Amino acid sequence: MEAFGLLLHGFAVLLTWKTLVLMMVGLVLGIFVGVLPGLGGPNGVAILLPLTFTMDPTSAIVMLSCIYWGALFGGAITSILFNIPGEAWSVATTFDGYPMAQQGRAAEALTAAFTSSFIGSLVAVLLITFLAPMISSFALKFGPPEFFAVYLLTFCSFVGLGREAKHKTVISMSLGLLLAGIGMDTVSGNLRMTFGSPELLRGINFLVAVIGLFGISEILLTMEERLALRGHAAGISLRVVLGVWKDLPKYWVTLLRSSFIGCWLGITPGGAIAASFMGYNLAKRFAKEPGSFGKGRIEGVFAPETAAHASGTSALLPMLALGIPGSGTAAILLGGLMVWGLNPGPLLFVEHKDFVWGLIASMYLGNVVGLVLVLTTVPIFASILRVPFAAVAPMIVVSCAIGAYAIQNAMFDIWLMLGFGVVGYVFKKIGIPLAPFTLALVLGNRAEDAFRLSMIGSGGTLKVFWSNGLVGSITTLAIVLLFWPVIDGLLGRIGRKAAGQNGDATKS
Amino acid sequence: MRIPVKALGAATALLLSTPAFAGWEPAKPVEIVVAAGAGGASDQMARMMQAAIQKNNLMKQPMVVSLKGGASGAEALMYMKSSEGDPNKVLIAYSLIYMLPLSAKIPFNWRELTPVSVVALDQFVLWDNSAGPKTVKEFVVAAKAASSPFKMGGTGSKREDHVLTVFLEQKTGAKFSYLPYKSGGEAATQLVGNHTEANVNNPSENLEVWRAGQVRPLCVFDKERISYTGKVTDTQSWADIPTCKEEGVDVQYRMLRAMFLPGKVTAEQQAFYADLFHKVTQTAEYKDYMEKQALKPIFLTGKDMVQFLEEDDALNKSLMTEAGFVAK
Repeated sequence: MEAFGLLLHGFAVLLTWKTLVLMMVGLVLGIFVGVLPGLGGPNGVAILLPLTFTMDPTSAIVMLSCIYWGALFGGAITSILFNIPGEAWSVATTFDGYPMAQQGRAAEALTAAFTSSFIGSLVAVLLITFLAPMISSFALKFGPPEFFAVYLLTFCSFVGLGREAKHKTVISMSLGLLLAGIGMDTVSGNLRMTFGSPELLRGINFLVAVIGLFGISEILLTMEERLALRGHAAGISLRVVLGVWKDLPKYWVTLLRSSFIGCWLGITPGGAIAASFMGYNLAKRFAKEPGSFGKGRIEGVFAPETAAHASGTSALLPMLALGIPGSGTAAILLGGLMVWGLNPGPLLFVEHKDFVWGLIASMYLGNVVGLVLVLTTVPIFASILRVPFAAVAPMIVVSCAIGAYAIQNAMFDIWLMLGFGVVGYVFKKIGIPLAPFTLALVLGNRAEDAFRLSMIGSGGTLKVFWSNGLVGSITTLAIVLLFWPVIDGLLGRIGRKAAGQNGDATKS
Repeated sequence: MRIPVKALGAATALLLSTPAFAGWEPAKPVEIVVAAGAGGASDQMARMMQAAIQKNNLMKQPMVVSLKGGASGAEALMYMKSSEGDPNKVLIAYSLIYMLPLSAKIPFNWRELTPVSVVALDQFVLWDNSAGPKTVKEFVVAAKAASSPFKMGGTGSKREDHVLTVFLEQKTGAKFSYLPYKSGGEAATQLVGNHTEANVNNPSENLEVWRAGQVRPLCVFDKERISYTGKVTDTQSWADIPTCKEEGVDVQYRMLRAMFLPGKVTAEQQAFYADLFHKVTQTAEYKDYMEKQALKPIFLTGKDMVQFLEEDDALNKSLMTEAGFVAK
């Protein structure tokens, strides 16, 4: 039980008034950014990152990760009350959450969302607690071919498992890869696509792109649609909460399945978004009456929220142990770690025990405190959305601009952010998904470097991607996922033939 | 009588922690610009200076570390170049000021900045995995006998690590595949995981994994051994590492760590910083840092520094040309 002792040590590191206050501040800020449409986890963390530079790493990461938990909780509020997903991973929550709210069961839906968020994170934290030491020794097995295989797996799973049209995902991803190539190429030591501009030397920061693509474009869309934000009364009484909790054991299969999907996708960098959709789709697929989904079924809230949180939490594990972020927000936290002089990687667990276990302990505390906080403050946060859009929008734009500027203290980045805002707007109009674009921008450079280093090391043969069991199985899995729609179709056909009837009407 | 008074003034200025004469002083926080990523050797040094200045009260204004490691450090160089006349920015420079303009055709020349002082010299060490060959000779034999070339990890392409690898090839006759990673830390981890056979990291970059017994120092690329004799691991000190020349491979390279102001600042401003960094080199923090990271203490300023820079520039240029890394 080494992990248990270290965890207790983590709690000891954490239990100072200063840290606890920072935790509360982080959670409140996180719920706040989660509620505001267009802001959200990655943006919130990105904007607040420079504030933490003067803190010691443990306090800083505790505060930032609490913003992250807060945003995860907060994202569900707007999805359910207003049908506006505050976060990309909350989209699936709107499918059944919003109908529930319209039927006057908002309190029930919110309780379900928060509770399942809590359960999802808890399962993931337990996993981190007991697997982290193992994962860090496993991490040393990763050389360039293994890293490339993981990146390939991520790209392929986006294409193969995404809900959007495949060609649009590929277009979006390719554009992201193209932009990721701007700047210094570390493998050859030459500049690429900078066209002599000193501003382009450092390349395009993906945070600037994300703030523009999601934040600014959402504002543009909302303006165009003249979306009136009409709130529903959202008081939570203890009776409703207890009622939902009493029914919880009935849904244990859904909760367990979603937790598993979430952890798996979080650890293999697939992201919370994919997890929430997969959780929802699978719950629907295995339900006795799939037709009732989408009409206000509480299971339709449990499934995506549990998965999103399990994956959002477990995404921190590869970030800490391997230096590979499992989600956009984890990627920003990764940048933060480096700023504080902590190099994420296998040795982080050995060299910075205080920090790592402090963080893990903060996940437990942050979750419990977060649950209590959201359950009590829902009415207050919901009232933000009663403020006229005309007053909220400028505030969001200003905070986006500050966020973009603060990353590298460059005015150029604000123009870039506005440019990406327009790109995001156009993408949404023509139905090109934004997630693959951002993913490619984050991982493109590293995937390219890993591929080229593998090629230098192997003397140019692709066999290196099947040179041992680890890299071979990841590469093969990546290719299977890429062609998953085809394989799934074939399996479905065989299944139908065998059963002699149709049983597959559940795909959304 | 004039000269002794002046000398006395200079002496008091050095003795007192706050300037005794009313010269120029920064009126706003000073930005210390790092041309590398977070946690790298430059960043660590910048933070040491920040702490030394703050703890010993050497300057009224605070110092902030500003990371401009984009484009392998070119971002920092262009930033300094475009900050002409701004005395609140100090660059902590290393050999990239000579190499980047040559290899990537970055429009930059260190002569456009104002040299303040050279504060340290950094060493390079040949490291292998602790499960690998135990001496340079064994290492060279193994490298020559290997069916596919040994993989040598390093930071960046066509830079100091890459240059050293090329000269190592020339002197030993062995072939290496050079793998350019993004940072020295990454090169260290990859060596521990056995994904490369060796690296030529600075002492500070491999210090932690050496202490953990995961890598072994084979030789130091310098004329003489590192002077620090305090034990770093259970059995070894920095001074126990032989020079590469002793081991029969005559390759030498040392890298400057120097402070620069942007171009077109006044002589007074330059003097303030020269004095400030001189005081920094007298602090316990600096001395401790030098020993821990096995850096060579040095302090050059004024004409001495310019002469050093010119010679160092010429040397780096000839190495880069010989290695074939100069862009056409």
